[in-house]
Amino acid sequence: MSLAENAQPIPYTPSREEFHAALAERHTETYQQLIEQACVGIAGLGGLGSAVALHLARLGVGKLVLADLDAVDLSNLHRQQYAIAHLGMPKTEAIAQQIRAIDPYVELELHPVKISPENAPEIFRDCQIVCEAFDQPDQKAMLIETLLMQLPETVVVSGSGMAGIDSANSITTTHPLGRLYVCGDGTADVAEVGSLVSPRVGVCAAHEANMVLRLILGMDEP
Amino acid sequence: MITVNGQAHEFEDGMTVTDLVRSLDLAAQRVAVELNGAIVPRAAFDSTLLHDDDKVEIVHFVGGG
Repeated sequence: MSLAENAQPIPYTPSREEFHAALAERHTETYQQLIEQACVGIAGLGGLGSAVALHLARLGVGKLVLADLDAVDLSNLHRQQYAIAHLGMPKTEAIAQQIRAIDPYVELELHPVKISPENAPEIFRDCQIVCEAFDQPDQKAMLIETLLMQLPETVVVSGSGMAGIDSANSITTTHPLGRLYVCGDGTADVAEVGSLVSPRVGVCAAHEANMVLRLILGMDEP
Repeated sequence: MITVNGQAHEFEDGMTVTDLVRSLDLAAQRVAVELNGAIVPRAAFDSTLLHDDDKVEIVHFVGGG
C-alpha cells in the first residue's frame, strides 16, 4: 500500500497562536496584526460575496459581518463557494461552516436578513470596510448610498460588471468616489449577456478582496 | 460648463441631477452620484440644481454578483 492510500487526516485544530504564526510568516507580523484587528462586512453571499468571504478568512481577518437572506440552491453551486452538503441551508450558516473549516479564529457575526436602507447602518456599524456583493443593480446603488450617507467612516468596495465570458483582463479596480471603490468591467450586465461563470466572477471577487486587504493595510490606491 | 466623470459637459440653468442622469440615458435607481465631493441621495436628485463649474461623478451599476 502506498503512503497516500494509507494517509489519514489528523484530527487536530491548530491553536490561535499557531494560526497567527503561520499567517504572519506569509503576510509579515506587522501586516498580520492589522489584518487581525480589522472588521469587514459583506452584503450578499452569492458568487462575489461567498468568494470574498473565503479570501478574507484565509487572510485571517479579525471579524466578518456576513448578511444574506437566501438559502443555498443547486443553481448556486456553479459559481458560489458552497457544496452539496449546504443545499437548503441559509447562506450565512453555510459560509460560516466553510470559514470555520479554514480558520476557526475569525470572529463571525451572521445576519440572515434582507438588507434594507433601514437595517444596513445598524448591521454594518462596526465595519471599517463593507463589500457590496449583491446581484441587482438597484440594490447595489441603494446599499452604497445608504452606507456612504449614514456611516461616515466606512469605505465601500463594490462589484459591477463581471457577467459573460469576456476577457478577465477587462476587470479592474477603480476609485470613482471618495469612499467607494468599484471592481469589475463596469458594463457586462447579466440581464443582457445572460451568463455568469465561476472564473470571471472569481476574478472580480479577488479584486474586491485584494482592495479590502490594501485598505486594511493603509494602501488607498486601487 | 460642468465636469461629469472628468469630462466637460454642457449645462443649462435650472438643470437638476435627475435631468443630468436622464440626459446620459442612465436609470436613477442604478447610479450613485457625488456632487463636488458629497454624495447626493436619490431622494434629492429632483431638487438638486447644478451650477457652473460643478464637478459630478456618476457611477452606474450593472447586474450580476
